[in-house]
Amino acid sequence: MKCDGIPSGCAISGMMSEDGRRIDGRIIIKSIACMHDRSNGLGGGFAAYGIYPNRKDMYAFHMMYDNIEAKEATEEFFKNVFNVDKDEAIPTQRENGVSNEPILWRYFLEVPESKLEFLSERDYVMKTVMKINSDIEGAFVASSGKNMGAFKGVGYPEDIGRFYKLEDYSAYIWTAHGRFPTNTPGWWGGAHPFTLLDWSVVHNGEISSYGINKRYLEMFGYKLELRTDTEVIAYMFDLLVRRHKLPPSLAVTALASPFWKDIDRMEPEKKKLATLVRQVYGSTLLNGPFSIIIGHNRGMIGLNDRIKLRPMTAARKDDMLYMASEESAIREIEPDLDVVWSPKAGTAVVGTLKEEVE
Amino acid sequence: MKIDAKGLHYRPMNKIIRDAVAAGEKEFELDNVGGQRYIGTGLNEPVKITINGTPGNDLGAFMNGPKIIVNANAQDGIANTMNAGEIIVHGNVGDIIGYGMRGGKLYIKGDAGYRVGIHMKEYKKQVPVIIAGGTAGDFFGEYMAGGLIILLGMNGKSPIVGDYVGTGMHGGVMYIRGKVDPYHLGKEVNCLELNEEDMKLIGSYLKEYCEHFGFDLNEVMSGKFTKLVPLSHRPYGNLYVY
Repeated sequence: MKCDGIPSGCAISGMMSEDGRRIDGRIIIKSIACMHDRSNGLGGGFAAYGIYPNRKDMYAFHMMYDNIEAKEATEEFFKNVFNVDKDEAIPTQRENGVSNEPILWRYFLEVPESKLEFLSERDYVMKTVMKINSDIEGAFVASSGKNMGAFKGVGYPEDIGRFYKLEDYSAYIWTAHGRFPTNTPGWWGGAHPFTLLDWSVVHNGEISSYGINKRYLEMFGYKLELRTDTEVIAYMFDLLVRRHKLPPSLAVTALASPFWKDIDRMEPEKKKLATLVRQVYGSTLLNGPFSIIIGHNRGMIGLNDRIKLRPMTAARKDDMLYMASEESAIREIEPDLDVVWSPKAGTAVVGTLKEEVE
Repeated sequence: MKIDAKGLHYRPMNKIIRDAVAAGEKEFELDNVGGQRYIGTGLNEPVKITINGTPGNDLGAFMNGPKIIVNANAQDGIANTMNAGEIIVHGNVGDIIGYGMRGGKLYIKGDAGYRVGIHMKEYKKQVPVIIAGGTAGDFFGEYMAGGLIILLGMNGKSPIVGDYVGTGMHGGVMYIRGKVDPYHLGKEVNCLELNEEDMKLIGSYLKEYCEHFGFDLNEVMSGKFTKLVPLSHRPYGNLYVY
């Protein structure tokens, strides 16, 4: 994919129904479009959860290909590693402001049992994603989770949303991003959200600890090929929560750790835990300004950097949780909110799907 | 003049306002405002603008005279480099309000976010004033060079103010209605008791403030205030001198 410019701002918005109600994509487009002036047309994207109920137990791979050769090479590769249940073009429509799109194709995949002798299914899929991104020229995985998908590209988010016909999808979690790239190129693979398995992240800010975080993740088999700092956040959640089994609330303290001076004042038990997390996970500390929204199959997590250098507003209405860079982007889709607040720096806002919801 | 802001981008909307001000219009009522930025920005006339809905960032930036009333919460960057006039918010506000503010008044009924009054300044009689009725986040009065900030904590939430209060402060004065944990103070501020002159000074502003929001002035004044002033006018004077 073309990647020739090194061009702050950015807008993020997320919404979820904790009751698991499915909502079509027009609503989230309206919210992110309200913050149009935070983006500059060099990237927009969405993550949606619950969109493939008929194939909810298969890995849905959204692929981006530079050319037909990359598609053929990937499909040849898939033959040996997955059972392909179905593959098709990702439906799109012509949209002003969106051009030079790669070939966009999706696959519903199952892992053959014979492949799982020595590692878990999700480790296997994770390794496959890394292999495609780093080894197959011109092929990138936009998303690889079950019953979810990422829809992203170069353009303003509202144009990207219409391009992908998001009105045809219904999800219980939607996150969205409008990009204003400053330090890294604006290209299709570099648009947010960044994903791995069912993790997705949209991010406003920049990760100045990228080098340290990248080297740490590489030790665990992650390959960082997307030329954008945000990529590390998605992989860290995969490493800390899925593989190391940290509760998300603790993973968050590894990413946005309390300052040592504040740890010194904690109760002994809390102090011990916070100290251990900082010692063990020193290399996952995210430095630099950020506000992020993480999506996964069971919920949504919002987080700011430790001194709140990027904006974030959260709100609730009945079973809905909203988060966005600006309150107006929430009011645009729900004027009558039960509660609105500004999350404190380094403190997560957590939305969780009700247990009885499948 | 009434303007329905529904679906209107900030550029045409603010142009309508600027053109009308130039033609002599004195009063505006904006309905269905939804995130439009820069409302009132750069206006030099003493017009009145009432906003119904959530105004966007940089409300009243570089403003020089108007009175803005917001009947909702407001977002980030209100009163950025404002020179004169009044902004009255019947709700909460976001971060970096009053950034580099150099005159006028910003009255907030509820809570304020991070970095209230960052680098606000004063010159002779030109003294900017920010009053917030609720709590505030970290870096309250960061790098403050002049002006007056009052924080009231009327909604009983705790702590009333975040960490790093007055970091880099080198001018102006802050009054916080309540105790500030010394742990939360920046290295460049000093806590003092209020004297009669202080009480007179804040009393005059708080009278006006209470009238806007229907607070009881006696109750507000009965609280115990802490006064914060800078330890030095050049805290970093020797930082790069070896």
